[in-house]
Amino acid sequence: MDYFLSEEQQMIVDVARQITDEMIVPQRAELDETEDYPRDILNAIAKADLYGLYIPEEYGGLGGGCFDIVLALEQFARGCTGVATAFAASALGAYPILISGSEELKQKYMPLIASGEKLAAFALTEANAGSDASGIQTTAVLDGDEWILNGTKQWITNAGEAQIYTVIAITDKSKGPRGATMFVVEDTDPGFSYGVKEKKLGIRCSSTRELIFKDCRIPKDRVIGRIGMGFITVMKTLDQSRPGIAILGVGLGQGALDEAVTYAKQRVQFGKPIISFQAVQHILADMAIQVEAGRALVYSAAKHIDAHKNDMSKASSMCKVFATDMAMKVTVDAVQVLAGYGYMRDYPVEKMMRDAKILQIYEGTNQIQRNVIGQELNKEYMRSS
Amino acid sequence: MKIIVCVKQVPDAKDVRLDPKTNTLSREGVQAIMNPYDRHALEEAVRLKEQHGGTVTVLSMGPPQAEEMLREAVSCGADEAVLVSDRAFAGADTWATTYTLSQAIKKIDDFDLILCGKQAIDGDTAQVGPGLAERLDIPFVAYVRKINECTANTIQAERLMDDGYDLVEVPLPALFTVVKEINEPRIPSLKGKMKAKKIDITKLTAVDIEADLEQLGLKGSTTQVVKVFSPELKGARAMLGGTASEQVDQLYEKLSPLL
Repeated sequence: MDYFLSEEQQMIVDVARQITDEMIVPQRAELDETEDYPRDILNAIAKADLYGLYIPEEYGGLGGGCFDIVLALEQFARGCTGVATAFAASALGAYPILISGSEELKQKYMPLIASGEKLAAFALTEANAGSDASGIQTTAVLDGDEWILNGTKQWITNAGEAQIYTVIAITDKSKGPRGATMFVVEDTDPGFSYGVKEKKLGIRCSSTRELIFKDCRIPKDRVIGRIGMGFITVMKTLDQSRPGIAILGVGLGQGALDEAVTYAKQRVQFGKPIISFQAVQHILADMAIQVEAGRALVYSAAKHIDAHKNDMSKASSMCKVFATDMAMKVTVDAVQVLAGYGYMRDYPVEKMMRDAKILQIYEGTNQIQRNVIGQELNKEYMRSS
Repeated sequence: MKIIVCVKQVPDAKDVRLDPKTNTLSREGVQAIMNPYDRHALEEAVRLKEQHGGTVTVLSMGPPQAEEMLREAVSCGADEAVLVSDRAFAGADTWATTYTLSQAIKKIDDFDLILCGKQAIDGDTAQVGPGLAERLDIPFVAYVRKINECTANTIQAERLMDDGYDLVEVPLPALFTVVKEINEPRIPSLKGKMKAKKIDITKLTAVDIEADLEQLGLKGSTTQVVKVFSPELKGARAMLGGTASEQVDQLYEKLSPLL
C-alpha cells in the first residue's frame, strides 16, 4: 500500500533496502549460525548516515524522528531481526541522553552516536528486575567528585560491543521510585566489565551480556538529568523506542510473507503450484492482511509520537503489542506454508520464527504493554466522565 | 588531490537481449546501470579523497538519461558531475570517444589523477582508458588492484597480472584503469542521496568542448560495426588424454595447422 512518503522518507527506505538486500540477506544464515556480531553491516549502516536519523542536526544527526528510524528498521528486520536489533539498541541507549541529558552530555555523546563511530546500549534489566523495574539492586553512591556503581545488569543488548552505556541505579533506596538515577558509563571506566555472551533462541548475531560494576568509578557529571529522575527517563525512553520494536515485527512479518508466497508459487503438488489451492491462499491472505494492518498501525503511532511528545504511552504500547504478536503468528504460518522445507535450516523461515519470539518479550513484555494500555484507558475515561 | 572518474551507462548484463532481426543489442526496456568496473573506480577515488582531501568529479559521455547515473555517483561520494552530451557524439567508437573525453577533460583542466574501470561490460574493448591517457599524453597503468602510496607528485600502484602483480610508480597526473579486486563499492549514503537530488550537473556540448566535428561520433570513428551475431555452436570437441606433456604435444599438433 502507498503511504505517501516524502522524497526524503523514500530515500531512507531505498538506502536501508539496498543495505538489506546486498548485505544483510546474504549473510543472515551464517550470522545466525556463528552468532557473530554483524560489524561490517553496522559499519555500512553508519557510512550511509542512518545512525543519525533520529538525532537533531545540532548534534550531527539528520534531524528526523521516530517515523524516520522506523522506516529504516522495517527494511533491516525484513532481512534479519538480529541485525536490526543490534542497530536499534544503539538508539535505545541514546534516547535517555537525548530526552533528559544536559547540553554538555548531548554535545559530548550524540555526535559520536549519530556518526555510528560509537555504539550505545541501554541498561535497565537485572536478575530480579524485569517487568518490575522497582526491583533494581544496582547502586550508585556519590564519593567526592565521583559516583561509585556496584551491581549487575542482565541481558543487555549490545553489551561488549557498545562504548556508551546508559545505566539506571538506585541512588536513594528510601525514596522508592524517586530514588533511581540514570548515568552514562563508558566502556573504559575502571571497575566495569562484561559477563559471558548469552546463548539465545533467536536474534543470535546481536550481543546479549551482563554488565558488571565492581566499585566502578565515573565522574560526577555523568548523571543523566536530575538525581532521582531515573525512572521517568526510563519510561519516556521506552515510550519513544517501542515503535522501533513494533516495526521489527512488521519487517519480519513482511520477510516471512515474501518467503511464503515465493515458495507457494514454486512448489508443485498434485500437478499444480500450491498457491493455487485455497487452503494455502487463505493462509497467505491472512498473513498479508496482518502485516499491512501492523504496518499501518506502527506508521500511525510513530507519526503520533513525533507530533505529541507528552502523549505517547498508549500509541506506543498498542503498536508494539499488535505488530509483535502479528509477527509471531505470521512467521509460524510461513513455516506451515513451507512445511517440511520450512522446518529445515535451508530456508530462512525457521530462523524468522525463532527471531519473532523475542519481540513479544523485550522492551516490556506484551502483557506489560496491555497493562499500560489499560491504565491509559482508565485515565482517559476518568477525564471524559 | 583532484580526481576525475570516467563513468559509462551500460545495459544491465542480467537483462541483455539481442534483437533477432537486426542482431544488435536491444536496449528497449533494459535497465541502464553504471558500468560495474567504473563503480570500483569511483569508490577508489572517494577513498583517496577521504584520505588525502580534494575533490572527485565524475565525467560521462552519453545521452541525457546518463544524468541519472551521474546523480547516483554523487550519492556515492562524488563532488561534481559533468555530462558531455550531443547528437554529434552518436555512434562513436573508442577512438572518437577518447577524443571527445580528452576535449572535455581539457575543458575541466585541473586534475591530478583520472580513474576508469578496466573496461565497460557492453563493448568490452578496454580501449578508452589507455586511449584517453595517450590523447592527454599522461602515464597510464592498467588493471590496478591497489593504490599503495600517493604523494604530491607521484603515485604507486599494484598492477594485476596473470601470475602476480607489478609494482608501478608514475608521476602525476596519470590515468589508471582499475579491476574489481581494488575495493568493495559502498552503498549510497542518505546525505549523499540528498546532495545528488539537488546538485547541478554540468552539461557540455560539442561546441562547449571546442571539438573538431570531423572527429566526433560515427564520422570520427575508425571502426564500423558491420554485423553483430551470436556465434554458432558447432559442437565439435576433442578430449586430450595422457600426461600433461603428452597433452601439450597433442594440442600443439592440432593448433599448428591454424597458425
